[in-house]
Amino acid sequence: MTGEDIHSRLQAIFRDVFDNDTLVVTRATTVGDIPDWDSLAQINLVVAIEKDFEIKVSLEDLETLSNVGDMMDLIRTSVTP
Amino acid sequence: MFDTPQLDALDYPFRVDVIHKRKKSLKASLLKGGPFLDKRIAILGGSTTDEIKDVFELFLLREGIRPHFYQSGYNRYYEDGMFPNEALERFNPDIIYIHTTQANITNVPVVADSRDNVEAKLASEITRFASLWEKIRGTYNCTVIQNNFELPHYRVLGNLDFSAFQGGTHFTTRLNLAFAEYAQTHRDFYINDINYLSASFGLGKWHDSTFWHAYKYALSYDAIPSLAHNLARIVAAVCGKSKKCLVVDLDNTVWGGVIGDDGADNIKIGKETPVGEAYSAFQQYATELKRRGIVLAVCSKNDPEIAAQGFAHPDSILSLKDFAAFKASWDQKYIGLRQIASEINIGIDSLVFVDDNPAERDLVRRQVPEVAVPEMGSDVADFIAFIDRAGYFEPATLSADDLQRTKFYEANLERQSLQADIADYGEFLASLDMTAEIAPFSPKYLDRITQLINKTNQFNVTTKRYSASDVETMTSDPRTLTFYGRLKDKFGDNGLISAIAGTVTDATLHIDVWVMSCRVIKRDMEFAMFDELVRECIARGINRIAGYHYPTAKNAMVADLFSRLGFTLKARGEKGETEWTFDVGRSHEPTTRAIKVAR
Repeated sequence: MTGEDIHSRLQAIFRDVFDNDTLVVTRATTVGDIPDWDSLAQINLVVAIEKDFEIKVSLEDLETLSNVGDMMDLIRTSVTP
Repeated sequence: MFDTPQLDALDYPFRVDVIHKRKKSLKASLLKGGPFLDKRIAILGGSTTDEIKDVFELFLLREGIRPHFYQSGYNRYYEDGMFPNEALERFNPDIIYIHTTQANITNVPVVADSRDNVEAKLASEITRFASLWEKIRGTYNCTVIQNNFELPHYRVLGNLDFSAFQGGTHFTTRLNLAFAEYAQTHRDFYINDINYLSASFGLGKWHDSTFWHAYKYALSYDAIPSLAHNLARIVAAVCGKSKKCLVVDLDNTVWGGVIGDDGADNIKIGKETPVGEAYSAFQQYATELKRRGIVLAVCSKNDPEIAAQGFAHPDSILSLKDFAAFKASWDQKYIGLRQIASEINIGIDSLVFVDDNPAERDLVRRQVPEVAVPEMGSDVADFIAFIDRAGYFEPATLSADDLQRTKFYEANLERQSLQADIADYGEFLASLDMTAEIAPFSPKYLDRITQLINKTNQFNVTTKRYSASDVETMTSDPRTLTFYGRLKDKFGDNGLISAIAGTVTDATLHIDVWVMSCRVIKRDMEFAMFDELVRECIARGINRIAGYHYPTAKNAMVADLFSRLGFTLKARGEKGETEWTFDVGRSHEPTTRAIKVAR
């Protein structure tokens, strides 16, 4: 899976979770950039990522996810090629 | 991607990924529906409840209930309910939901405990919860929904965990039974059975250690829709929104094969083959629903005489007389469904229609969207699970009337045939030998009266709903005047079928509630109730009665009730709501003589 694939699927997840179909996220997008991105939305993002990419995010990895780039990196290393 | 809101994600089996990911757009599209019944619901959580609240809201909106939530602080369920709490008092909840789980059992037994220690721990746990419930009842006088406990995640004692008195599984089971006992003896208190739910879901999938440690959710994200749906079914039942009638298709639904083609002798039913056995199991399930008060009906594309032969099959568990309505014809099914609702005298939204044919299901959903149609596939082995787990028929309580309901409908068929023989309606009424018992609300009937107030949609002047606690309060409030009515005739007892409640201010009685079951429409019972009401007003020195009609989609039947009783129209509002007034004289000439009244 290319970085672009991951990015476009991740962006679709963000659009669903925040119910905003024009939302654009980049590697640098962080919690402060999206007003609704609170701890509850964070859980929904993680759960949606787990389902969509068929991966399991470990307890330790959960603590490392502070921006979209972190998420993309985690997905890249977790998805079996 | 954002084209169609996927509301069917909320149908059993739930699509959990869609529910969690799209809850915002699902909520927005559900809010376009309505009308909604507003309910104030306080969630007192022993663990995180945010996502539970959001998904609970989706299921409630789908039931036509719009919740307004209060949430306790994290794991503050006990303090929030037990101690003075201005915020919660201001919130004035209709319902308090206590979301506690295995994680909230504080006095867990340990292996070293003596038998006495374990007994003491159990007693202390029960007392802790019971005192919380009593406190809540005393302070908020509202409906309480309490989780029981799921089984523990781990069994330190292995299988002994269940049988040894120190075992966690053993302890949880005993605690759950104590909760059940409390529910049996306390009104307006409901158990959300997460013990069953987690077992049905799979205990291994219900617990999620990562989510517990990371976010303090006491169940997995995937399990939240099942929990929220179960809760919404309880709330819907308390609000009188449960379904009342199961309508079945025939061929390949209640028996295997097509009776018109295969012949009555060749349909698959009975113990001979696995397939026949599965259809028998389904008929057995329908029979059990009927025994607990769910009305059964048939709607099938068939020749009526040939269709009826299926129930004469020696292995058929259901028989023709089990059905309150039987529609077999070549018409489209929505026509039959409408006829069934009108014959039984219930709202069409009280029907659940089951059919093995996906095309028929789809058509019915489009033509009568009010009817619930489970997407249950076409394998008879799955039918029961789809109907049962969707929880359509969730009962809030089980009243004596529920257990007799089927008899009421059978007697109605006999009354209809008598009516056909007698041309004059007055003569027909007289021939029924009716006697009514009309008296103030009494504690033994509170469940039934509450049920009647909340379930009745047609003969209901204000459609105001009251919880069991509210009705209990009415019974003891001296400013409230209440009457229930029971009606018997020569064909049988119709049970408790009408209720009136009003508030007295300045020698005027304001009628807040007047409901009557459609089982006894056109029997003059409303006149008998009115005569008793006036008699009581005279005795109490009340000189005016004020009646109110608030129109809904379903209560047009009583738009002219007050006019028929001799009230004068006083005001008409923008939405068609009317206010009526009746001057109470010194004496009262009865408006009906068809019913003998016992007080």
